[in-house]
Amino acid sequence: MKNFETEVAIIGAGSAGLCAGIQAANAGAKVMIFDENHLPGGQLFKQIHKFFGSREHRAGIRGYEIGKQLLDEVEKSGADVHLNSVVYGIFDGNTLGVVEGDNHYSVKAKKIIIASGGKENYLPFKGSTLPGVMGAGAAQTMVNVNRVLPGKEVIMVGSGNVGLIVSYQLMQAGANVKAIVEAAPSIGGYGVHASKICRAGVPIKVRHTVLEAYGENEVEGAVVAELDENWNVVPGSEQNIACDTICLAVGLNPMSELAYIAGCEMTYIPLLGGHVPMHDENLETTVPGIYVAGDVTGVEEASTAMEEGNLAGISVARALGLINDEEGKEIADNFRNRMLNLRSGAFGEGRRIAKATQVEAFNEFQAKEGAK
Amino acid sequence: MGEKEQRRIIEHPILPELKDIKKVTIYYDDKPIEAMEGEAVASALMNAGIRSFRKTVKTHEPRGIFCAIGRCTDCMMIVDGKPNTRTCVTYVVDGMRVQNQNGFGIDSEVVK
Repeated sequence: MKNFETEVAIIGAGSAGLCAGIQAANAGAKVMIFDENHLPGGQLFKQIHKFFGSREHRAGIRGYEIGKQLLDEVEKSGADVHLNSVVYGIFDGNTLGVVEGDNHYSVKAKKIIIASGGKENYLPFKGSTLPGVMGAGAAQTMVNVNRVLPGKEVIMVGSGNVGLIVSYQLMQAGANVKAIVEAAPSIGGYGVHASKICRAGVPIKVRHTVLEAYGENEVEGAVVAELDENWNVVPGSEQNIACDTICLAVGLNPMSELAYIAGCEMTYIPLLGGHVPMHDENLETTVPGIYVAGDVTGVEEASTAMEEGNLAGISVARALGLINDEEGKEIADNFRNRMLNLRSGAFGEGRRIAKATQVEAFNEFQAKEGAK
Repeated sequence: MGEKEQRRIIEHPILPELKDIKKVTIYYDDKPIEAMEGEAVASALMNAGIRSFRKTVKTHEPRGIFCAIGRCTDCMMIVDGKPNTRTCVTYVVDGMRVQNQNGFGIDSEVVK
């Protein structure tokens, strides 16, 4: 088995990993980025809506255009991107096990950034395993990347931004979205997205849930029912809705397995999607030299993932002594401020507090370790 | 939706029109299916109206696409004789053979 060495190894070539690679390589580090997919860009290439935020967050640009910009920047930076490359483990805190196509090798790195992203949550109900029940992100991949309609008559479960945006994109692709079903008493996502959906005539049924998907070998319809204030089904409110597809937009969870098996201490924060690695304000975990960025360290959205990638990239460059400390601190503070802007307002405040809790957990853990 | 009805999205309000598609042929249980060069096996099958990809080990329930990013393994099929292949992250090649998988996909379990 071949063994390689690098200064910075990054796992994941999505929003966070690419930005981390660009920052670290531009600072002069030797960078290797690994991604199990055959194309880089993570989930950016299925995002065809314009991003929010300010200009520094590339607002107003469609996700797949941002993806193209990042690929261009990563190529110029000199970071080495390895595709079809699965990182299956981190050993001794600094060595990756990699399977690239048919080749198996190890990579010893001075610094590691885990940017492995998140995956969609599942929602169990009767018939929920029938073909035709799928993640909203899966349906989005089908229409925007593969250019195939997963179905024609769709029920969307969940009215967060993913549910709203994917519903609209399914309609743009020619599907009929029959209803968006939301168990909470109010719509979860941005008003601007919900308004578009309502203008298009799609009912958003709050305090409703899917009880059952039925069909012979695939989805032919759903039973939808109303919920009372205790989240119990209102008897007699069940209604049949014929459909061939049910999309689940019920949140995501961090793919933090690699951090966990590398020995990074975890903390449980439901708002961020579950178990996330503790980290300091530079995104370094409790295992020295291992950093995290993007959804793996708490599910947010692509803009924040890019800023976390930027911060992780600058942090490893600083730790390697590639940037003088004053300049490095200024750049890092700038990225942190940009993240605070993204984590503000009615939708961001909760995430800001949750992320602060994550850093607090790190500090408490280190204080306890220090006291031993 | 009938099996013959194509689901390909050619025109789109945001994305460029799909033009000059290079076509390849794959075989689903010996039946030829037209696929678009570079696309995932799962997407080619979905375009042909096939959404049930395998049957589970114990209760033989049908399964299809769930995550489409290679994580959940619900879309596993036998591809060119290799069982447990994730069809959402396996890309079409002209002449490729895809079979519905029963259970773990050993020969005797191929869904007829």
